[in-house]
Amino acid sequence: MTTVPSLSEPQPAGSSDPERSRRRRLSDDGDAAGLGRVRAVAFVAPSLVLIAIFLVFPAIWTLYLGLTNWRLTGLAAAEPEFVGTQNYIDALTDPAFGRSLLLTVVFVFFSAIIGQSILGFALAWAGRGLRRGLRTVVETTVLLAWIIPASVVAFLWLALLDRRNGTLNALLGTDGFAWLLEYPMQSIIVFNIWNGTAFSMLLFSSALASVPPSQFETARMAGAGTFATLRDVVLPNIRGHILTNTLLITLWTFNVFAPYLITAGGPEGRTEIIGVYIYRVALRDGALAEGAAISLIMILINLVIASLYLRLLRERKP
Amino acid sequence: MTVGQSLGTIGRYVFVGFVLAFFALPLLWLVTAPFDRAPSLTVSVPEFTMQNFRTMIDNPYALRSLWNSVLIAFGTTAIVLALAALSSYALSRVRIPGRDTLLYLLLLLSSIVTGTAAMVPTFLLIFELGLIDRQLGVVLVMAGGLLPTAIFILKDFMDSTPRSYEESARVYGASSLQVLRHVVIPIARPGLATIAVWAVVQVWGNFLVPYILLRSPDKQPAAVTMFTFYTEGGQPNLALISTFSLLFSIPVVAMYLFVNRRYGFRFHGGIKR
Repeated sequence: MTTVPSLSEPQPAGSSDPERSRRRRLSDDGDAAGLGRVRAVAFVAPSLVLIAIFLVFPAIWTLYLGLTNWRLTGLAAAEPEFVGTQNYIDALTDPAFGRSLLLTVVFVFFSAIIGQSILGFALAWAGRGLRRGLRTVVETTVLLAWIIPASVVAFLWLALLDRRNGTLNALLGTDGFAWLLEYPMQSIIVFNIWNGTAFSMLLFSSALASVPPSQFETARMAGAGTFATLRDVVLPNIRGHILTNTLLITLWTFNVFAPYLITAGGPEGRTEIIGVYIYRVALRDGALAEGAAISLIMILINLVIASLYLRLLRERKP
Repeated sequence: MTVGQSLGTIGRYVFVGFVLAFFALPLLWLVTAPFDRAPSLTVSVPEFTMQNFRTMIDNPYALRSLWNSVLIAFGTTAIVLALAALSSYALSRVRIPGRDTLLYLLLLLSSIVTGTAAMVPTFLLIFELGLIDRQLGVVLVMAGGLLPTAIFILKDFMDSTPRSYEESARVYGASSLQVLRHVVIPIARPGLATIAVWAVVQVWGNFLVPYILLRSPDKQPAAVTMFTFYTEGGQPNLALISTFSLLFSIPVVAMYLFVNRRYGFRFHGGIKR
């Protein structure tokens, strides 16, 4: 029960000193339940199998799929042929792909990096001076926009922006103005700011709470204004949080699909951000192999952003 | 108070007022329309009625799809909880070679292989496995996607639970699984509750995965079914959509508030994606 089987180098038990010292090290490691490596591996295995099949395999398989002429029906479905890098070349040279990528960059930049970060920080900053009750009301409202299911939230925005009966037109007296046709990209950008600001607000709230109060006090004594306080006291303290926030919301916003529920990529593809583009090419139009090629490109972009984030996380840990 | 300071205070309240209005405005419809005798897309003080809920209950797909959401959410959460508890416990207590690298790889994977980026290979995999139009396919895909983050967070919880209880349990001859069930799990309950709520919220609101993997209307969860509620004239059926949206939103909001009150909001590097 208490012996710890060694997986790496099978040796007669208790034969030598290194064996004993390794056993001591294992118990130092806090294996209080006497689990042992074999059972530990058995405990971890089911998770790894599931992750391997449904997360790792698709990511790797998409590389291969992109090199074939895979289709769901017809001849190519029975025996997919190897077509080399043709799909990747098609995907990359298709002007629609370039346009979608550009739209995505605009969408991520304005809605996440500018919109959510700044509004989230402003809310966290303004929240410090508010009475507790009011602060709770504001924070809860912002949070509701974040936690209500995407389908519901999308419909709420369809109702808000509706041409004939929308609340926004009723408020502004602009009856009949079609926001989603005239300003589709601006609409989904504002929608995404509304939808995701809660995360930045929460992160910056906890970041501001970690700034030593004595530093604020010193700034106040020195007669520093709000701007000087932000620049000289707050910014140096929360630089890491700003980076974390930017990378995470960039990654998430790059991967959102909710705008599809509001504009479905239209009108005329003007809101066809990358996720919506993949959906149209691969699953609606049926060009699965080309869709797989774009999927791989998207996974690679995700990889770049996520590695930056993980490197950051690792540097700050020790 | 100087003039500058009071201006600052006024500015702060004006700003907060505008932001509050911005965030509250789209939400108001969800509160007024379900109780309105003649719901329109405009927010207005409702002529109170509960008739719309009757309409919803009578719709053959409404309650059915909510039940599907429950099945998919709880199925996924059960798998995630069980597997994540086992692996995070083992990873926390035993130094398996390459453990830290494994944890980082898992976290990296789950953040890059998202539902949107991997929708094509996921769809094809489920197609090849013959799981298209089966809720099991949705459950497995969602569980695979949530597991890495769940393991990562739970391992943190497991690390912070005291080990002395396990030692004494072992002295009395308990097996590893018994120790896990009767000693570790009760101690790690707050972590498990957080993960459970997080997983349910993730699955409950997910639109894309069931949208691409399920075909039959009677198997779709609420997130997808919502967009099929149109009248014969092709207009959205607002009596139905409004009440349904409200009923669909309440569980996640309630669970979120519960966890927030009970355990406080914790930051796990992005618990909501």
